[in-house]
Amino acid sequence: MGVPVPSPPRYWRERRVKYRLLGSVCKSCGRAYYPPRLVCPECGSTELAEVKLPERGRVLSFTVIRTPPRDFLGQEPYVVALIELENGARLLGQVVDVEPEEVEVGMEVESVFRKCREQGEEGIIEYGIKWRPPLLPKSDA
Amino acid sequence: MERVFVLGGGATKVGEEWEKSLRQLFVEAALKAVGDAGISLRDVEALYVGNMSSGVLQGQEHLGSLMATWLGIPGVAACKVEGACASGGVAVHQAYLAVASGMYDCVLVGGVEKMTDAVVYDLTTALMMADDYEYAASTGASFVGLNALVYRYYMKKFGVRQEDIAMFAVHDHKYAARNPLAQFQFEVTLERVMKSPLIADPIRLFECAPVSDGAAALVLCSERFAARIGASELVEIAASTMATDTLSLSDRADLTTLRATRLAVERAYKMARIEPSDVDVLEVHDAFTILGVIHLEDLGFAKKGEGWRLVVEGEVERDGRIPTNMSGGLKARGHPVGATGVYQVFEIYQQLKGIAPNQVSDAEVGLAQSVGGVGGTVSISILKRVR
Repeated sequence: MGVPVPSPPRYWRERRVKYRLLGSVCKSCGRAYYPPRLVCPECGSTELAEVKLPERGRVLSFTVIRTPPRDFLGQEPYVVALIELENGARLLGQVVDVEPEEVEVGMEVESVFRKCREQGEEGIIEYGIKWRPPLLPKSDA
Repeated sequence: MERVFVLGGGATKVGEEWEKSLRQLFVEAALKAVGDAGISLRDVEALYVGNMSSGVLQGQEHLGSLMATWLGIPGVAACKVEGACASGGVAVHQAYLAVASGMYDCVLVGGVEKMTDAVVYDLTTALMMADDYEYAASTGASFVGLNALVYRYYMKKFGVRQEDIAMFAVHDHKYAARNPLAQFQFEVTLERVMKSPLIADPIRLFECAPVSDGAAALVLCSERFAARIGASELVEIAASTMATDTLSLSDRADLTTLRATRLAVERAYKMARIEPSDVDVLEVHDAFTILGVIHLEDLGFAKKGEGWRLVVEGEVERDGRIPTNMSGGLKARGHPVGATGVYQVFEIYQQLKGIAPNQVSDAEVGLAQSVGGVGGTVSISILKRVR
């Protein structure tokens, strides 16, 4: 079955958060999240500020996907990592522009705008953020 | 609350059942359970159907009415219960509540999943629906991949070798070899596990629960009902609990503990008035070897980072300190996702009745843990033999 149904409205609705990498910082406990939340999962506060998340982070753990879901067939093998951004927000993302064998826990990554997947033969071609080893050293380093 | 008893149970052999449909599997298990309980289908007042993915795998929802129809009992209260891979365990919890509340005296609860109707990449898509479709699945992560993130993190944090974690698969196969309901009735060596193909590094094929079809069912009843039909040597559900955690790993501070397991099991031990050391037989949700190890820790049988020792040192064997997965576990008994939680409770029921294929001698207390997603949902059942 083609699961789930390709949906232009859904992709359109998500574009702001996904293209700009928006998140939330809880005004009560200070934790940062991707994507933005209405309620803090940690402390339950509803006082959260929407923020543009840092474009740099480090790899906490990673895997190499060799048996992908249908929409990603043909991209395998590819690396998916759990990444912690500089403000503590965590997210999942693909690590690209590097061989899977060269990815390490703790390595630094920066965001890059890329094609992500095709929703079937006639659906939307999705773009969004992926992660790569930084091209330049940190400006404030 | 009313006391709740397991009056009977039944299950189909787990496997690739090309000739049997979703409804056939369910009806087969339900009829076995009703027969084992010694009741008539007409005694059933409510029906709970644990299932994860019938919508995407069969294009079929509304399983409550469907199964009531095919069991010839339209009219009963019936619904599908979904909690990803914990759907079966959560269905047992709902059935427990239905009897404990005093609302119903006799309830049928089953779980069913028919996975071989789909090709592997559609199945991979469906299983990933256990996590966040919009922000996790959109990265191309698979469900195996999410567990692989936990696996690598765990090995690094505690300095554990993959060979020691992968032993969980060898353990499960040893017991599945003697379970007629198991999908894989043969043993495997650690070497074979470690040489199987990578699915999502570091997880190898033989560390993963397989694609399975199957159904299991139980009849639960009140003390009143048991007395009415003259049932004796009962098995009681001494505790039934469930808890949730954040859906995705990215919202968790600790990747090596399933907080939902800890919450649910703490409540369950309290409710059943027991300690971990009172548990005679255990079924854990080892969808992947690493999860089996983590569960032994979170359920209170090992310190953090040391769950693998119980497996390597033989403590989880039939004659060990905490006999675990005597059914063969998810790895080798098989994992028809939404049915698994019911298979687990059925195994514990058989152990306490003294009729299990890998019988633990004189088992009086058993615990089954069922996990949805990467710990987003956990259900716990503690069963006790009543004399």
